[in-house]
Amino acid sequence: MTVILGQLFTGVSIGAVLLLIALGLALTFGQMNVINMAHGEFIMAGAYTTYVLQQTITDAGLSLLVALPVAFAVAGAMGVLLEWALIRRLYTRPLDTLLVTWGVSLMLQQLARDVFGAPNVQTKAPDLLTESTSLGADLSIANSRLFILGLVVLAVAALTAALKFTPLGRRIRAVVQNRDLAAVSGIPTGRVDRLTFFIGSGLAGVAGVALTLLGPIGPTMGTNIIIDAFLVVVVGGIGQLKGSVIVAFVLGMLQAMVEYLTTLSVAKVIVFVAIVAFLQWRPQGLFTLRTRSLA
Amino acid sequence: MLRFHRRRLAACSVALAAALAVSACGSKTGESDTTGGVTADTSGDTVKVGLLNSLSGTMAISEVTVRDAIMLAVEEINAAGGVLGKKLAPVGEDGASDWPTFAEKAEKLIKVDRVAAVFGCWTSASRKAVKPVFEENKALLFYPVQYEGLEQSPYIFYTGATTNQQIVPGLDYLKAQGKKSVYLVGSDYVFPRTANKIIKAYAEANGLKVLGEDYAPLGSTEFGTIVNKVKASKAEAVFNTLNGDSNVAFFKEYKSAGLTAASMPVVSVSIAEEEVKSIGTQYLSGQLTAWNYYQTTTGAANDKFVKAYKAKFGADKPTSDPMEAAYVSVYLWKAMVEKAGSFDVEKVKGASNGVTFEAPEGLVTIDGATQHIHKTARIGKIGDDGLITEVWNSGGPVKPDPYLKGYPWATGLS
Repeated sequence: MTVILGQLFTGVSIGAVLLLIALGLALTFGQMNVINMAHGEFIMAGAYTTYVLQQTITDAGLSLLVALPVAFAVAGAMGVLLEWALIRRLYTRPLDTLLVTWGVSLMLQQLARDVFGAPNVQTKAPDLLTESTSLGADLSIANSRLFILGLVVLAVAALTAALKFTPLGRRIRAVVQNRDLAAVSGIPTGRVDRLTFFIGSGLAGVAGVALTLLGPIGPTMGTNIIIDAFLVVVVGGIGQLKGSVIVAFVLGMLQAMVEYLTTLSVAKVIVFVAIVAFLQWRPQGLFTLRTRSLA
Repeated sequence: MLRFHRRRLAACSVALAAALAVSACGSKTGESDTTGGVTADTSGDTVKVGLLNSLSGTMAISEVTVRDAIMLAVEEINAAGGVLGKKLAPVGEDGASDWPTFAEKAEKLIKVDRVAAVFGCWTSASRKAVKPVFEENKALLFYPVQYEGLEQSPYIFYTGATTNQQIVPGLDYLKAQGKKSVYLVGSDYVFPRTANKIIKAYAEANGLKVLGEDYAPLGSTEFGTIVNKVKASKAEAVFNTLNGDSNVAFFKEYKSAGLTAASMPVVSVSIAEEEVKSIGTQYLSGQLTAWNYYQTTTGAANDKFVKAYKAKFGADKPTSDPMEAAYVSVYLWKAMVEKAGSFDVEKVKGASNGVTFEAPEGLVTIDGATQHIHKTARIGKIGDDGLITEVWNSGGPVKPDPYLKGYPWATGLS
C-alpha cells in the first residue's frame, strides 16, 4: 500500500516537472504557433543562472529564492532577443521557425560549453530540500519534489490569472484567435508577441532553476527534456493551457505506474505507444481551440 | 553519374598509389617490415606515438584528462632521454566521441603518421570500432579504461581493470561486510548489462540475493521510480553501473528518499575523483567505489605522479584511475620496447610477458597471454573533501582473467 502511495506521488511529481518545462512552451508553441527548439536552452540558461548566482550568494536557500526571479528575467530576455532578431520574421512559416531555432539551440549549447566548460556543474541545494518528509513507516516524500509541485501550482495559477484577467492576457488571447483581426482592432500585435515570448521563455528559466534540484546542469540538459515538453503540449491540444496541465499529470502517472510494474525503458515505450494511439484518435489533442481564424 | 564515379575512382587509385610509394620509400629507411603490417617510421631522431582521445563531444570531459596523463608520461620519458635513444613525438587526434571517427583517425595514425603505438579510447564502443583497424594493420593500441571483459585482441594491451580486478572484488567486499542482498542499477548499454550478468552469476554462487535489476537509458535523469523500487526492496546494498550524468540525478534522488551510505551503501564502478567533483560531495559522502587507484593511494610513485600532474595541469585537478592507467601504459610500452630492443610491433609483443613497472597504483606486471596487466583491486570511500580513501585492497596485484576462466560460477557467461 505504501509503495502504491509512494508511486502515486512519484507520478504527480513527474507530472509537475513535465508541466513546469512544458508551461512556457505551451505559451510560445501553443498560443503563437512558433516551434521554438531553443526552449530547452532557455531552461539551461535558468539552471546556469542558479549556478552563477551561487558563486556570489553562498547561502543555498537565499540564492535559490533569488535565482527564481533572476532566471525568469534572464531567460525571458533571451526569448525577447530571439523573437526580435529572428522569429518575428517567420510568423507565417512555422516550419522555418523549427530550423532557425534549432540552429540557435546548437549555438547556445556551444556557448554554454565555452563559458562554463564541458563538464557538468553543480549547485548546492539548501539542506532542507535534500531531505525528505516522512509520512508513516515506509512512505517519505522528497522535499525537492514538494517544492517543485508548489512552484508549478503557483506558476499555473499566475499564468491562468494573467491570461484571464489582465489586459495583456486578453490581447494575447485575441492575437492567438485571429492575428489579423486583432491588428485591425488596434492591438499592437508585435508588442504582444514579444511580451508573450518574454513570459514563455521566463517560465523556462524558472523550470531550469527547479531542475537543478533534481539533476545535472550541463550544456545538453535542454535537449534531453524538450521532447517531453513538446509531447505534453501537442497531446494537450495546441493553445490549451488546461490540456497541458491534465496531460502532464496523466503522463506522469502513467509513466510512474508502468515503470513500477516493468522497467524504465519499457515504460518509455509504452507511454510513447499510448501517445501515438491517442493522437490517431484525436489528432487535434485533448482540447481544441475554438477560433474565428480562417486559416 | 557513372563518369563521375569513374573519375573519383581514378583519383582515389592515384592517391593510393602515391601513398603506397611514399610508405615504401619510408620503410627503406625505417625498420624492416617482418609482418606485412604497416611499419612505424623510426628513421629519424624521434619516434611518433599516437594519442587517440575525444577532445570534443560528450566524452570529452573524461577523455581530455586521459590525454593529459599520456602527455605527462611522454614528456617525462623525453626528459629522461626517450626510448632507445629516440625522443617521442606525440601525434594527437580527436575521436570526437564518435565511433566511426575513432576508426578513421586510428587508420590515419597508423598509415599516414606511422606511429609506433597508439594510446587512448575510452568507451567500449570506441574500442570495438578501432579493434579491427589495429588487427588488420598489425599495430598496437593501449586501452586505459576498466571495461566489461570478455575480450582479447592480439594488438590491444588493456591497462585498465577487467571484471575480476574491479567488479568481483567489489562483490567480495560486500560479502565480507556481511551483506546478504543487493539491488542492481545501471545504464542501458553493453557495459552494465554484461557486468550485471556477471554479478548475478557471482551472487547465485555466493549466497547473495539479487533483489532487483533496473536500467536507465544513457543520459536519463528521472530516477523517482527506480529509487522507490530500490527502497521498497530493502536490499542491503546497491551495485551501481550507471554512467555519466545519470549518476547526478540518481544520487540526488537517493539522498532525498532518505537513503544513506549507512542504511544502504552504493558501490559504484564508474565514479572516480573527477566525477565526484561534478556530482557533489553532499550527495556522495560515505558511498563506496571500486577501482585500482585513487589520488590518495600511498607510495612514492604516486606522490611523484600527483605532484607532477598538478604542477602541469593545475592544483585543483584530481588524478583518477583511468588517467593513471593511461600514464602507466606509456611506461609499460617503453619497458617492452627496451626489452625487445626494437620498435617492431611483433618483437614488442613478444617481449611483453612479465614486463613490470612501479606504477602509482603499485607494481603492475604484463600478462603476455591475455595482454592485460596484474593490478591491485581497491575499494574506496568517498569523503567530504571529494577525495576517495581506500578502505580495502586485495593485498597484491590480481592476475587478469578477462574471460573469468578461474571462476567456476562464471562458466557459460561468455
